[in-house]
Amino acid sequence: MIRLDRVSKVFGPITAVDAVTMEVAAGEVCVLLGPSGCGKTTTMKMINRLIPPTSGKIFLDGRDTDLIDEVTLRRSIGYVIQQIGLFPNMTVEDNICVVPDLLRWDRTKSRRRAAELLEMVNLDPKIFLKRYPKELSGGQQQRVGVVRALAADPPVLLMDEPFGAIDPINREVIQDEFMKLQEALRKTVVFVSHDIDEAVKMGSRIAIFRDGRLIQYDTPNNVLAKPADPFVADFVGSDRTLKRLRLVKVSEAMMPDPPRVRSDDTLDTAVRLMEEHGHISIVMVGPRGRARGVVRLDTARGRKGLVGENIEPLPGTVNVTEDLRTAVSLMFTHDVAWLACVDDDGFYKGYVTQRGITHTLGAAYRGA
Amino acid sequence: MADALQRGWRLAVLAAVFALGATLQARGVLASIGKYWGDIVYLAKQHMELVAVSGALAILIGVPLGVLLTRPGVRRYASAVVQVVNLGTTVPTLAILAIAMTVMGLGAPPAIFALTVLTLLPIVLNTVAGIESVPQPLLEAARGMGMTRFGILWRVELPNAAFVILAGIRTALAINVGTAPLAFLIGAGGLGELIFTGIDVSEPGMLLAGAIPTALLAVLTDFAVGTAQYWLVPRGVNPLR
Repeated sequence: MIRLDRVSKVFGPITAVDAVTMEVAAGEVCVLLGPSGCGKTTTMKMINRLIPPTSGKIFLDGRDTDLIDEVTLRRSIGYVIQQIGLFPNMTVEDNICVVPDLLRWDRTKSRRRAAELLEMVNLDPKIFLKRYPKELSGGQQQRVGVVRALAADPPVLLMDEPFGAIDPINREVIQDEFMKLQEALRKTVVFVSHDIDEAVKMGSRIAIFRDGRLIQYDTPNNVLAKPADPFVADFVGSDRTLKRLRLVKVSEAMMPDPPRVRSDDTLDTAVRLMEEHGHISIVMVGPRGRARGVVRLDTARGRKGLVGENIEPLPGTVNVTEDLRTAVSLMFTHDVAWLACVDDDGFYKGYVTQRGITHTLGAAYRGA
Repeated sequence: MADALQRGWRLAVLAAVFALGATLQARGVLASIGKYWGDIVYLAKQHMELVAVSGALAILIGVPLGVLLTRPGVRRYASAVVQVVNLGTTVPTLAILAIAMTVMGLGAPPAIFALTVLTLLPIVLNTVAGIESVPQPLLEAARGMGMTRFGILWRVELPNAAFVILAGIRTALAINVGTAPLAFLIGAGGLGELIFTGIDVSEPGMLLAGAIPTALLAVLTDFAVGTAQYWLVPRGVNPLR
């Protein structure tokens, strides 16, 4: 979708961007990451020609951007900046409709779209359409800023540290909202950030810049697992493996299809199953398969009776769609080494252990 | 608290105006001003014509000049041009009138020229200041979204600078109304005729018949532009509403 071919930018004696070649596939979120002054913002601004490249070519959907009139080019690319830049003289509605108006869309159509878009970011159109930017909080303003970039439905979105000026709590919320939006809209996004956590969370790919050069361009997992050089390793942090916890879903690290017992099974059955699998406890499920409780090997061994009479509450459960970070956090909270994994309806799907998590994360290193 | 203060202040002003009126009435000055009613109406009209023409010219020259001075490429000449315009204000008004008269002769045209020159500076300065104060991110967002240069000027820069520009026009016109009496000296008429003749013949009634309407016109003009400022500047960037 977006292809940069040996793109450079020289400001006087300084080479801000040095022969960067990269490609962003349609529907991906590419995070340009690096310390300030590394050339990430300059690279982004060359895509919509706010900064003309000194050399190299940029292709958008196969077309050389040099050959597209720059105003036309920019109207086909959504643009979000950190300072938001809503026009204070216009209402929220008119702000959202800036590009549709430039493109001379039908007015009723564009205003209706503005209302729909506001709803997508949880702002009530009835309340907000006619407001002025100064009557909105920072978080609300940036929601409008994002929505404004989407108004004319451009295939490509450029975002320059869009959530950098928002307080940490609101930032998480807006990031989540944006991810949900992106899941539905599948735009090709180039996202500038200096925050590795944000990059890991938002990016399908991360491009790490240093002194104008593209050092590493890879998936978040690979950037964290296999930093290309000491600079990247340092930049992503010594806790980079912990950051990978966020990238792996519980379902990927759990042992699926585990042994289980029902309340009318005997303790003998439970003990036999545990010994067969080398476990020290076993989950009891309800009649339809919901996780109900746990039987320990040391309580069950040598006793007679039914499982249902000897269960203890589950030490903790985690949804299979959660990431490992949540799972580990739950383990630490409950001081346990394993968790039962359940789906949205509470059905028992498997279990995840500390050893299993270590193993999953370690796979990337063993492969190398 | 602030409200009460403001109300008290307003009352005090009203009381002062009333006291002034009563004193003048007691001295028979009001009656003598009344004698000149016909002249006042005729000259006030002439006065406002001078103000309207010179003010309109100053706005028509000043705002575009101010806009031009903020355009890239021209911007580096801005301070030089502002200095030249500044001369128009630092040179005494009488001197400008005298120079205008020697070149253009007697009557309204040289007076209009002098008043225009005098009015120009606050308009140019405020236009430049207003446009320069438009936050950089707005311009970047506008450019990034694909607005043309003219579109940015028309839809972003001017609306956001409008309040400051109109404030300049407000000041300029108030000065203009207050200075226009000098135009009488080069034969352009206006309320200066009553003021200067009143001084010459030591006739306070005649003098005041010129001075009080001049002051009232200045206040009215200020009020009119203030009202325009209230309604013309978009609500989102209007500190008045």
